[in-house]
Amino acid sequence: MKKPFDEKAFTLALAECIRQASCELPRDIEQGLHDALSREKEQSTAYAVLETITQNIVLAREKSRPLCQDTGLPAFYISYPRHISPDMIKKCIEDALVLATEEGYLRPNAVDPITGKNSGNNLGEGIPALNFNEWDKSEISVKCLLKGGGSENVSAQYSLPSVELSAGRDIKGVETCVIDAVMKAQGNGCAPGIIGVGIGGDRISGYETAKKQLFRELDDHNEDPKLNELEQTLFRKLNKLEIGPMGLGGKTTVLGVKIGKAHRLPASYFVSIAYMCWACRRKELHFLLESK
Amino acid sequence: MKTKKLQLPLSIKDIIDLYIGDRVLLSGIIVTGRDMAHRWLVDKKPDELRDELHEGAIYHCGPIMLKEGDTWTCRAAGPTTSIREEPYLSDVIQEYGLRCIIGKGGMGERTAEALMKYNAVYLFAVGGAAVIYADTVESVKGVYQLDEFGVPEAMWVFKVKDFPAIVSMDSHGGSLHKNITENSSYHYRNLINR
Repeated sequence: MKKPFDEKAFTLALAECIRQASCELPRDIEQGLHDALSREKEQSTAYAVLETITQNIVLAREKSRPLCQDTGLPAFYISYPRHISPDMIKKCIEDALVLATEEGYLRPNAVDPITGKNSGNNLGEGIPALNFNEWDKSEISVKCLLKGGGSENVSAQYSLPSVELSAGRDIKGVETCVIDAVMKAQGNGCAPGIIGVGIGGDRISGYETAKKQLFRELDDHNEDPKLNELEQTLFRKLNKLEIGPMGLGGKTTVLGVKIGKAHRLPASYFVSIAYMCWACRRKELHFLLESK
Repeated sequence: MKTKKLQLPLSIKDIIDLYIGDRVLLSGIIVTGRDMAHRWLVDKKPDELRDELHEGAIYHCGPIMLKEGDTWTCRAAGPTTSIREEPYLSDVIQEYGLRCIIGKGGMGERTAEALMKYNAVYLFAVGGAAVIYADTVESVKGVYQLDEFGVPEAMWVFKVKDFPAIVSMDSHGGSLHKNITENSSYHYRNLINR
């Protein structure tokens, strides 16, 4: 049976989802960081950095405080049934953002680029970033991603072929782009990062494809065998760069590489890289609309 | 690995005794500052922060702050990327007599030269470890430019106790960042066969 849609309950559930995203790092990422720690020598700088990172994750979860002060540009991916209005979902998300900001789970991050004025409540033009998709389930799913500015700044998009990189329109060319982006990022994206890659698409859908990969769990496998192989190869190669945690050297430069593709135009071949900091704050809310 | 305890303000001797790789615990007054703050310091040369910054520390950080009544508390305060301040920082060091810059990612050549010339160090804090650093803040002493810059960009004056950091650029020309970049460049060339 359908129950009447309770906007207040939905808003509170969203605020709780944001709190959890900000304070509780997903277990697969935490495990990845522990594995990285176990590979380093105890006296090394890399060990000290990873020890601090893993301690901070526990503290943030226990104290219900944001594990990183840069709670990024809040992005939401929403799947909803036909009878629910996307505008209403948008309003609830905005209310939840204001609430989570007031309660200190989010930093006010929306700055007008012309006046320099911070809106103070995480709402602004283009913020939050919302992505709607209608589906036939009787629930609303909201996936939330908090991605810090440091990692956004080192994200990159390449157009192949590239003379500068001697990279052509093939898998080898894609590899070169990803290695180049991680090399240029050094520690500034808060390594060890999770590397979302989008092959193809246009300027926008390429980045979107790359960013969506960041919702995948670290130990999952790509259904496309060619992309799966490329993920494994790049994971191995990127960790040979020895940039290490926070760019201070070490065995782990990336925690994972996740690759998606989108059809491209004959004239374009984009490789888009969404660099995600180790603090990969993702959380999914399932809001049921039918009583059992 | 031994850890050195340092009390702000710092003397020249404190600085020349520090080398890259050293671990330190910093106590005393530190002032946060990032993009808007550095431009402000260079363009306007405001006088109101001179006492806090003289032989003091600037922390590249945009914290999450919560106001309860009249009291501010610091919820999360990890470092932000320092390299964005490269155009300004050497002038800030010279103008205000800074001894210490705290941030993540390291700085460029101009700042490296200023560290040597004016006896200062760059301390590395771990990006994202915001609760650990916020918990070293004993009290919030004040804030500058809050209305103008907003919470993340304002200059917050924190009294900290045992703030942990790693010396990654010293006053002798040493830089961990330079070493790592050179090493990774070598591997990079091998990986892409050039």
